[in-house]
Amino acid sequence: MSRFRIRTTIAVALAFAFALWAAGPAAEAAPKRGGILKYVVPAEPPSYDGHRETTFALIHPIAPFYSVLIRVNPDNPASPTDFVCDLCTEFPQPTDGGKKYTFKIRRDVKFHDGSPLTAHDIVATFKKIIDPPKGVASARKAFYAMVAKYYAPDDYTVVFELKHPSGAFIPALGNPYNFVYSKKMLDKDMRWYEKNVMGSGPFKFKQAQPGALIGGVRNDNYHHKGKPYLDGFQAIFADKQSLRVQAIRGGRAYIEFRGFPPKSRDDLKKALGDKITVQESDWNCALFITPNNKVKPFDDVRVRRALTLAVDRWGGSNYLSQIAIVKTVGGVAFPGHPLAATKQELEQLAGYWPDIEKSRAEAKRLLAEAGFPNGFEFTLHNRGVDQPYKIVGTWLIDQWRKVGLKVEQWVQPTGPFYSVLRKSKNFQVSIDFNCQSVVNPLVDVSKFISDDRAGNNYASYQDRVLDELFDNMNRSGDPAEQRRLMRQFEKRALDEQAYTFITLWWYRIIPHNSIVKGWKISPSHYLNQQLETVWLDQ
Amino acid sequence: MYKYIFKRILLMIPTLFGAAVLVFFLMRLVPGDICELRMAGTGQYFDERALQVCREQIGLTKPLFVQFFDWVWGIARLDFGVSMWTGRPITEEIGLRFELSLQVAIMATLTATILAIPLGTISAVKQDTWIDYVVRSFSIAGIAMPSFWLGILIILGLLITTQRYFGVPWMPPIQYTPIWVDPWANLSQLIWPALATGYRYSAVATRMTRSALLEVLREDYVRTARAKGLLEKLIINRHALKNALLPVTTVIGLEFAFLMGGLVVTEQVFNLNGLGKLFVLAVTHHDYTMTQSLVMLVALVFVLTNFFIDVFYAWLDPRIRYR
Repeated sequence: MSRFRIRTTIAVALAFAFALWAAGPAAEAAPKRGGILKYVVPAEPPSYDGHRETTFALIHPIAPFYSVLIRVNPDNPASPTDFVCDLCTEFPQPTDGGKKYTFKIRRDVKFHDGSPLTAHDIVATFKKIIDPPKGVASARKAFYAMVAKYYAPDDYTVVFELKHPSGAFIPALGNPYNFVYSKKMLDKDMRWYEKNVMGSGPFKFKQAQPGALIGGVRNDNYHHKGKPYLDGFQAIFADKQSLRVQAIRGGRAYIEFRGFPPKSRDDLKKALGDKITVQESDWNCALFITPNNKVKPFDDVRVRRALTLAVDRWGGSNYLSQIAIVKTVGGVAFPGHPLAATKQELEQLAGYWPDIEKSRAEAKRLLAEAGFPNGFEFTLHNRGVDQPYKIVGTWLIDQWRKVGLKVEQWVQPTGPFYSVLRKSKNFQVSIDFNCQSVVNPLVDVSKFISDDRAGNNYASYQDRVLDELFDNMNRSGDPAEQRRLMRQFEKRALDEQAYTFITLWWYRIIPHNSIVKGWKISPSHYLNQQLETVWLDQ
Repeated sequence: MYKYIFKRILLMIPTLFGAAVLVFFLMRLVPGDICELRMAGTGQYFDERALQVCREQIGLTKPLFVQFFDWVWGIARLDFGVSMWTGRPITEEIGLRFELSLQVAIMATLTATILAIPLGTISAVKQDTWIDYVVRSFSIAGIAMPSFWLGILIILGLLITTQRYFGVPWMPPIQYTPIWVDPWANLSQLIWPALATGYRYSAVATRMTRSALLEVLREDYVRTARAKGLLEKLIINRHALKNALLPVTTVIGLEFAFLMGGLVVTEQVFNLNGLGKLFVLAVTHHDYTMTQSLVMLVALVFVLTNFFIDVFYAWLDPRIRYR
């Protein structure tokens, strides 16, 4: 072949490749209407009240029945900062120096019983969340500590006034549990929604078979016109993971929205090929190592630093991501969020150094300095769940062995595990995790503040410097300032004091039947579950 | 006979009370509580005040003895209370699952009986022949193989073979349909767990039938029957098997009682919304009221099964009622 023909061939091939790239992926087909989406849910919700519960098992079957004031953009759920209106008409710009938000409410929204949804319903809903009366549980009341007052000046306006500007307010407002309830029902019985469902969401409640399924049918009066596409859905409860995988393989369900381990993804792909579509994402859940800061020798910062320095996160990410639902190396803030550390910033922190040999040499030096030149023995308290707890726990034992630490694993079922972590605190080092819905690092990092302020800090320490950094971050309306404070907070928590540290962030893998369209993965299994955009290509 | 039955009924009361005391206090010895699991078990942030409200709502803040007497008094009035986890009445929760568990138990018992009695009889009659060896291997395999594992194999086998031969993988339905609503859907879901558990159950009963029959076949009255020139078929069916079935009845009865609440893993494997799965969830969630009620239900089933077996024994063997 002449040189000219070779060049021509290469040029044509390159031009073709460029044309393909420029054209982008083929435009997605127009949504089809109809069909029942069947999906499996690993657990049944204890009640139907979103304001009270904290489990995703409530979100998956119940969120499609409700509307919320604002939400993560269903067309762009991967973005941790893209919030859009659901019940409001346009996203408000804050006034009064970032302290006042005025939401205009849609006039075309009706509850499933036919009554109109007004601003008064929204205020009544937030009253239940922010100021619950005695005897009513509100799990996320503390998210709204910055709210001074909220009211409805007229039937279609809701105003929130804050004590100070806060970057955490909008993500808190966009929490997927903030189902808007009917004021009429709440006035009748504040706990009515624990056992009943009546919202204004894309689907109307059809049936609930306790322990088996919850089903919904299309709400033809849904305020986002033309949606939902599905005739209905069935959320089928199946607690065994292997059964859920087989259900997707055998066509008994089309999708599971929480996430499967890599092996299940590979098995499904191998068995069904193109009939399975896989969506993957970083997950707003992090697996922690929590030393008991009140127990010797973990009250010594040198020992705690040695623990984190011994762990090869960059290498572990490669290996563990093939067998467990963890992957991403990150600091205190969700990786990829504007407030998260860059790779260069991370590499400055103890436990994230690129040279693991240097890191482990420093760990050994610190152990020797703390009086343990030959290491010591301790017990790692762990939760009796494979993914990812026991797998990562086993990996950690090997990591620590490399600096002379001999570790035994003490695995307990979830109940006793939490009893030890929260009540008796008779552990040396424990696995722990932090799993949030809306990516809101300003609030999510509250796990690191003093244990007399954060109910979910199990490391038993108080650090007023960290608390002050946390408060300042939350009071600042300036993203650059927030980011600067976040780096200081991160450095102090993970490195200088090494109170408690992150192993790896979780990784969400959703292999689903390819007929399921219109659903996009988000960084949390709590988000984007109203299902109005989902359709079945059949 | 009536005196015997009355005595047996009286004996049930302390047995059930003992079970009630044991389950109530044992459950509370396990570390952890339901509200912590509900709030903290998800890894999500939660407000500590919500935890306290949860405990107050379900009565965990009351003194232990008050909780116990409330519960026992409720049971005495046949009021089992509400599930601490779901807030639904316990009778409703159990009632929903009872039908499914009962059907699986009956189907598994039928499978086991149909397999065990003929196989055990043939094995005994043809002792030490190749038929006996095959039956023994079959039954030992059944005892050795956990039914949940057999269940997993059944599902995988169905998925793989249907995909290979029909191009579309098929597995049993994962939602329960009552038999009177759609018999086909009902049976296509429940036949597989019934086979998986029935096989293990039949293995135990086959072994028992074989050894009981072998013992009876060596009795003097069987020798006498043979000496009289009775047909072998008649000797086995009318004289030997009837007597050999006494211990087999006990095994079948106890296994039936076990199946009513003990199909824990098998129900999970087939996603059956039965009593076994409810039991596991109740224990996992630290749902005290539900666990207590389920233990009492299983205790009652066992006590009643034993009672009926004893009455049946007494009816079969008059010597028993005069002891």
